[in-house]
Amino acid sequence: MDGTAKPSSSSAATATASASAAAGDRANVIAQLEDADGNPAGPQLDLPHDADHTQLETLLNALLQNEDKVPFAFYAADAEVIGPLGAHLAKRGASTETVLKIVYQPQALFRVRPVTRCSSAIPGHAEAVLSVAFSPDGKNLASGSGDTTIRLWNHDTETPKATLKGAFYLTLVPIRPRHSNWVLCIAWSPDARLLASGSMDKDVRLWSTTGEARGGPMRGHRKHVTALAWEPAHVRYPPERLASASADGTARWGGEGLIYTASRDTTIICWDAKDGKVVRQLKGHGHWVNTLALSNEYATRTGAFDHKAIAPANDEEGKRMARERYDVAMAGQPERLVSGSDDFTMFLWTPETSKSPTRRMTGHVQLINHVVFSPDTKLIASASFDKAVKLWDGKTGEFIATMRGHVGPVYQIAWSADSRMVVSGSKDSTLKVWSARTRKLELDLPGHADEVFAVDWSPIGTRAASGGKDKMLRLWRH
Amino acid sequence: MPQNEHIELFQKRYGRRLDYYEKKRKKEAREPHKRSAVAKKLIGLKAKLYAKKRHAEKVTMKKTIQQHSERTNKHKVEEEAAPGAIPAYLMDREQTSRAKVLSNTIKQKRKEKAGKWEVPLPKVRPVAEDEMFRVMRSGKRQKKSWKRMITKATFVGPGFTRKPPKYERFIRPSGLRFTKAHITHPELKCTFQLDILGVKKNPNGPMYSSLGVLTKGTVIEVNVSELGLVTPGGKVVWGKYAQVTNNPENDGCVNGVLLV
Repeated sequence: MDGTAKPSSSSAATATASASAAAGDRANVIAQLEDADGNPAGPQLDLPHDADHTQLETLLNALLQNEDKVPFAFYAADAEVIGPLGAHLAKRGASTETVLKIVYQPQALFRVRPVTRCSSAIPGHAEAVLSVAFSPDGKNLASGSGDTTIRLWNHDTETPKATLKGAFYLTLVPIRPRHSNWVLCIAWSPDARLLASGSMDKDVRLWSTTGEARGGPMRGHRKHVTALAWEPAHVRYPPERLASASADGTARWGGEGLIYTASRDTTIICWDAKDGKVVRQLKGHGHWVNTLALSNEYATRTGAFDHKAIAPANDEEGKRMARERYDVAMAGQPERLVSGSDDFTMFLWTPETSKSPTRRMTGHVQLINHVVFSPDTKLIASASFDKAVKLWDGKTGEFIATMRGHVGPVYQIAWSADSRMVVSGSKDSTLKVWSARTRKLELDLPGHADEVFAVDWSPIGTRAASGGKDKMLRLWRH
Repeated sequence: MPQNEHIELFQKRYGRRLDYYEKKRKKEAREPHKRSAVAKKLIGLKAKLYAKKRHAEKVTMKKTIQQHSERTNKHKVEEEAAPGAIPAYLMDREQTSRAKVLSNTIKQKRKEKAGKWEVPLPKVRPVAEDEMFRVMRSGKRQKKSWKRMITKATFVGPGFTRKPPKYERFIRPSGLRFTKAHITHPELKCTFQLDILGVKKNPNGPMYSSLGVLTKGTVIEVNVSELGLVTPGGKVVWGKYAQVTNNPENDGCVNGVLLV
């Protein structure tokens, strides 16, 4: 490397163009590639103005001496480089006189193909489908409904598998074998062996993957259960504990021994997972806090399973794998929490260390209903009742893009496992797939006859599932 | 007639008579005996009426006693799952009840082509021509009678200009023109004032449809963009059909039902 490196795939046209470089964005760019922590990769480079993303990728892979090509995303002048570099700099108004820092970030090695069609619409529920969840290993799909039942669906044949109803217990007081009211939330344990469900009837119940009840109802709440969160698999495997929130709140179990709950009293409280003491109270919102998301949420949700969903051999192995995946997701940084509220704003917190927000994220003009970190924790997607889905930087909370297209409030969103796409479900009865790269609508998925209440994308990426007011469970695939 | 509350004033100043409570208790204790004596003595219609009144009293008494004892009853009431389930994030939010999304656009299009509708008013009274039109006489001797005036309510589009009198065969009186209709949504059970977009079909004949005559049973197209209905494809619907359910020429307004 002699300081001027040409991308290997650059054409003759590139060379002539750079030779006859006129002024402004036609000039060559002196650039330094570096990773997110600021470590430079290779020397400073003299890049032609029309070097684009794929050429930068080839170049960087050569510089890093990667044997297998790793996909990268490049950021220059606070924005991702899409298209020719010169045009990008001209648009951002960045100078070509100084050494340009181009930050690269590795992308997922695997690719999830966008869901493009509805492969099946399965009737079964007698009332609106309120929650849909794929198991962490992507092998099971469960849905909770307003008809008081939870159903398991066969992921491959796309047929109903089981309706969860337990057997009657022979006790003095008859225990109802199943929920007696709407099933509001369901959550798979990170080891994919148990399903927890919370209901309007104030109970939390546990189920096995074959459809039997595990024990009786867990009582304690005085109002309906709205959120469930399992203990992360890297802390204990198989997980034994479960946090549930009632009536007006939502709960998340952090990876660092904290449980976060958000409430309609506008506060977020961090609890110690060991003894249940309040550690910190996060104040800042001016209205109900609707939703919470943790940067390591995807890692704790999927536990030991990566996108290939290979089951661990034993419990120690599972714990070790979960810990590995968790460490990769955290990348040595503290846990970040983002909260969305009825006051139309979001806050980014680092709740482990500080009780003041890192950043206030404004932009939505209606309440924010759902916020999710991308699996690689680099992006945040937020769904709002103002019909827009917005993308934010996962680290700084910087606004990136608005994605419009829905004609009704957006209820739920879900990321694909490779962090390249978001699927959103809306009141306007459609699902839309958005590309996180181009920030544009990738696909429009009509099909539901009414509002879409719940959306989930399988952790192994092959299918997405949605359910809504029309009582149908729909499976979407490429 | 006492001019002031003398007794009350007295009681405030000096208290009640010393034997007041005793007398009251005794009177109350004697009451059932008195009643039974009356009941025994009454005969004929009066006895019948009295027995009936007493029966009704006893029924209400028993019911109230039961209600009071229910209050202390201690068994749990099982809440049934109500229809219309909503996810947790929509609870306690102001829910505007909303019509279902148009269930099937293709079906609707097919219907439109065939011109057949399952409408709330399937049969309408045929309106004869001489009821619909009034003959306008013209000419110097008033002996030409080719001009007609429509005696029913009409819808006239916004861009309409009248033809010169010589060519104007049908007059639509401006006093009977309507641009808005009160349309009830059958599922939402509420009524909206919506703009009329056009007359789709008048059951009395295609000529009346083209003239825009609004009689009972006419299918009109209304602007429903305010209702926020969406198609399965996620587009906002703005034109939808409705049927007129009143006689606009008699009532001075157009009422109708939305066809869903």
